[in-house]
Amino acid sequence: MKHVFSHLRPYVRETVLAPLLKMSEALLELLVPLVVAAIVDRGIAAHDRGYVLGMALLLVLLGVVGLGFSVTAQFFAARAAVGFAGRVRFALFQKTQTLPVPELDRLGTSTLITRMSADVDRAQSGVNMVLRLLLRSPFVVFGAMVMAYIVDVPSGVIFTVAIAALSAVVFLIMLVTMPLHRRLQGRLDRVVGLTRENIGGARVIRAFGREEDERRAFAEESRLLRSLQLLVGRISAILNPLTVVMLNFAVIVLLEKGAIRVDSGRLTQGEMIALYNYMTQILVELIKLADLIVTLTRAIASGKRIDSVLASDASLARLSDAEPDRSTSEHIVFSDVSMTYPGASASALTGITLSVKRGETVGIIGGTGSGKSSLVSLIAHFYDPSAGSVLIDGVDTRAYPTELLRSRIGFVLQRSVLFTGTIRENLLVGNPDARDEDLLLAVHAAQADDVLAAKGGLDGAVSQGGKNLSGGQRQRLAIARALVRRPEILILDDSSSALDYATDARLRAALGELSGEMTILVISQRTVALSSADRIFVLEDGELVGEGTHAELLSGCDVYREIHESQSDGDGREGGAR
Amino acid sequence: MKKQGNRMKTLSRVLRSVGRYKPLFALSILLAALTAAGSLYVPILVGQTIDLMLGAGQVSLAEVTDSLARILAVVLLTGLTSWLHGMTNNRITYHVVCDVRCRAFRKLGRLPFSYLDKTTRGETVSRIVSDVDTFADGLLLGFSRLFTGIVTILGTLAFMLMLRPMIALLVVVITPLSLFAARFIASRTYRMFRAQAEVRAEETAFADEMISSRLVVTAYGMEKKNTERFSEINDRLTRHALRATFFSSLTNPVTRFVNSVVYAAVALAGALSVIATTGAAAPFTVGALTALLGYANQYTKPFNEISGVIAEFQNALACAARVFAFLDEAEETPDPADAAVLTAPRGEIELKDLSFSYTPDRPLLQKIDLHVKAGDRVAIVGPTGCGKTTLISLLMRFYDVTDGAVLIDGCDVQDLTRRSLRENIGMVLQDSWIRRATVRENIALGKPDATEAEILAAARAANCDGFIRRLPNGYDTLLPEDGGNLSQGQKQLLCIARLMLSKPKILILDEATSSIDTRTEMKIRSAFAALMQGRTTFIVAHRLSTVRDADHILVMRDGNIVEKGRHAELLQKGGFYAELCRSRYTEIN
Repeated sequence: MKHVFSHLRPYVRETVLAPLLKMSEALLELLVPLVVAAIVDRGIAAHDRGYVLGMALLLVLLGVVGLGFSVTAQFFAARAAVGFAGRVRFALFQKTQTLPVPELDRLGTSTLITRMSADVDRAQSGVNMVLRLLLRSPFVVFGAMVMAYIVDVPSGVIFTVAIAALSAVVFLIMLVTMPLHRRLQGRLDRVVGLTRENIGGARVIRAFGREEDERRAFAEESRLLRSLQLLVGRISAILNPLTVVMLNFAVIVLLEKGAIRVDSGRLTQGEMIALYNYMTQILVELIKLADLIVTLTRAIASGKRIDSVLASDASLARLSDAEPDRSTSEHIVFSDVSMTYPGASASALTGITLSVKRGETVGIIGGTGSGKSSLVSLIAHFYDPSAGSVLIDGVDTRAYPTELLRSRIGFVLQRSVLFTGTIRENLLVGNPDARDEDLLLAVHAAQADDVLAAKGGLDGAVSQGGKNLSGGQRQRLAIARALVRRPEILILDDSSSALDYATDARLRAALGELSGEMTILVISQRTVALSSADRIFVLEDGELVGEGTHAELLSGCDVYREIHESQSDGDGREGGAR
Repeated sequence: MKKQGNRMKTLSRVLRSVGRYKPLFALSILLAALTAAGSLYVPILVGQTIDLMLGAGQVSLAEVTDSLARILAVVLLTGLTSWLHGMTNNRITYHVVCDVRCRAFRKLGRLPFSYLDKTTRGETVSRIVSDVDTFADGLLLGFSRLFTGIVTILGTLAFMLMLRPMIALLVVVITPLSLFAARFIASRTYRMFRAQAEVRAEETAFADEMISSRLVVTAYGMEKKNTERFSEINDRLTRHALRATFFSSLTNPVTRFVNSVVYAAVALAGALSVIATTGAAAPFTVGALTALLGYANQYTKPFNEISGVIAEFQNALACAARVFAFLDEAEETPDPADAAVLTAPRGEIELKDLSFSYTPDRPLLQKIDLHVKAGDRVAIVGPTGCGKTTLISLLMRFYDVTDGAVLIDGCDVQDLTRRSLRENIGMVLQDSWIRRATVRENIALGKPDATEAEILAAARAANCDGFIRRLPNGYDTLLPEDGGNLSQGQKQLLCIARLMLSKPKILILDEATSSIDTRTEMKIRSAFAALMQGRTTFIVAHRLSTVRDADHILVMRDGNIVEKGRHAELLQKGGFYAELCRSRYTEIN
């Protein structure tokens, strides 16, 4: 768990001072019996009321100093634990922002969220408790054992055996419950997953009248979680009674052996009382320790889950940086590129070779699942090709500085995602330095003027995922967002599917005017939407099966012709409709 | 004081939610009492045993052995009751969590879309998961310690009263100081914990949004900015958490300090009594003082524990309040008691003087009238954002009309059970929703009892069979949350397969094929045609051919139906529809 623990490093001072102060407080507590002894031996014996009063005040003073120690200790412990948790949460989020897309896909959002919240909370209380009790409890336990040896060596041996046996039991129970706690968190992940799904899919679930089934599924999952919690609880519930019984058993042995030794004169009654008191002190600490152990076990299980995310160093392949040549006319080149998604059995793209010239507008067309989206996501280096290479500005994407590469691409995804905030904030995502005029120009080109009008201008509110906008409004704002960056490559991944024809046509006209130096890749399913493209690539089952202009493909590419015909009327007059 | 009242209300609701477990609760109290009594009895027995060891040659080994046997019996019994106590508490706590969480989840299924559409997902998840958890942890700690503590206090008090009533009373009077201190601290930390829970929800919501939109985040290099924003929220959370954690952890030292004052007071009063009563008929002895001090110490310890519990309880209560607030959210207006169940409708639909707006200040749909015969096909066209999807939300009763009515077979949909209404309407939306389940389960979503043959037939009709078979485990492939690597089109095909399987009487297709290529669409066209046969269908679409054959075309603009009729009529009219169509033709030529 080195990744998690490294975040405690800035709090070295606190992690050392807190336990030390706690220990000092415990030492002060050990002084109290001595003061009481002095009251009895000197104050009462001499009938000295003033002395008794003085000693009573000393007890209060010890309390005050102890309070000071312990408040400071609590503060240090809280600061270290909370600060540590904050840093871990931050590190986790940062990880989600640096890990490549395939790795995030693999981990899944739900589990990342629970790790960032519930698991970090557990780790935080673990650190807090450890700092408060770590030194105190063992200090008291071993102190009592040492005192026992000083009083009577054979009795000290009983202490040693008892403590060893107790440690073994505690350790064993920790060992058994640790993996169970991890499984527990895994089950919790499922509960989170179901909850998220039911919020995201509320419309579909209610449309199918599935609320009851969902409720049952959730109840089932909650019950599974509960039975695992009960199992872990059952094992943990043994800890406290068992250790107390064992300790009391040690007391019985102590008394039994002690009785013989007192009888033979090797031990006094007073020493017997002292030994028993030391054993009781251990008992009190042990009860606290048992709580600590449960918290600690959970904290360690959570720590391991956090660590597995922090330890992930998955990254996209990197070659040594190369200088992109922006004057080359071959803007985008794929040479023999294949790609397989992690965990998939078949490849999404196979042996793709193509090139796009600077300033060209090209179309990409193909059936559902033919690899269109995969192809464009390679341009922005979301994924690594599993074979071949993708060159932008003459440089392999793996050698192109990632940030620079992506800053030159305007990507409009198939499913347009907007973020909570205002329209302006959403557009500024494209280019944080853009002025309002630039934003309005982009909005205009994206045919989104009416969206602005309807939502109250640039300051209009956008709710999570843009749910307060229609699909078409979202898409147009997403296009505006891409245009705001003034990209060198504009990728429209079926971005106008939610637009009606009139809007779509105006959008394409506006883009045509804008294009100039901009290279545009348009994924579409309608041949008519691509007919004005300089060139069109036709994909089928991950392979490139055609390349050329609309007219060339109509005569030379069967797949393209079929697609076109599927969109034409019987009389061939109206291409594009079903 | 109002805050205080709210907290008491929350507490009483927590107790009510535990109500079902009253017998277990009683058992827990009984076991706590037995355990505490046993724990107090052991030291007395040990004391008696030590009294038997006066010195060398004065020990009766037989009596010691008897006494030890008694101790062993008490220890074992106490161990047993203590274990059972822990088990009982676990049972209560985990069952309560499960119950509350299931109730919250059921609530989720009843919340109106006006709530779901405006609340972030992370916020709700945080309430149903983390808040319920924290609330449970507080409960678990509370149960275990509270009862044991109270019983220990009562037991010790009894022993002290027997020893020296006056000093016992002194202890009784001073000790509650620690409770006052604990309460004082607790009332402040409650607010801090609540603030902490709120910022935490904000952070979860932000992380949820940014992690689930990773493609856009990556494409636009938002990583740095997100990290800064997260850092800002996280710093705020850390500040709140530090205050809450530190102040709540003050309880223990403060009460311990009060206890040490009590201890000093007993020592002082006790020692002075010993001095004063020396030579009296019934002297207060040093031995008695020692015992009294021992008990004073033991008496105050549970107060420590209880005040520690109070701190945990504050956090638990703050979270419980958030959970209850969620449970109290206004639900969809419930179906009226006499709501009719819609069975086998003909599918005749009428919109009568219908108006709707999301917010009163922004009217959207106004005074819409429409009559659709059973089996008719209705196409809704118009620019994006003109209210097409809203109109459909009203048919499904995702939202309720502001004015006017939607009638099915002449019956107001508000007089029908939502369930039966929705069961008879099938819907495919533009945004495909795929859940974490196998492909088979995803298809059978609307008809869980479908046979294998039916599922296969539906998948074939929706042209999914081919790509499903290419998945690693075919129909048994477990799809991740949101469908993973399936393309948008493939997801949409799966949604269509759902509809092909459930075959409801009324269909709503909201851009149902927007991500599907036209060749595939051709292939599923005949299946769609067969499905629509005899079923009333609403289609939102851009593609003209779909629209052209419709029995009604509704042309919408800015929330109103501006034109209504058949394709030919509307073209002839030369209005907005004709304009939309023309823009299609110019494109071709």
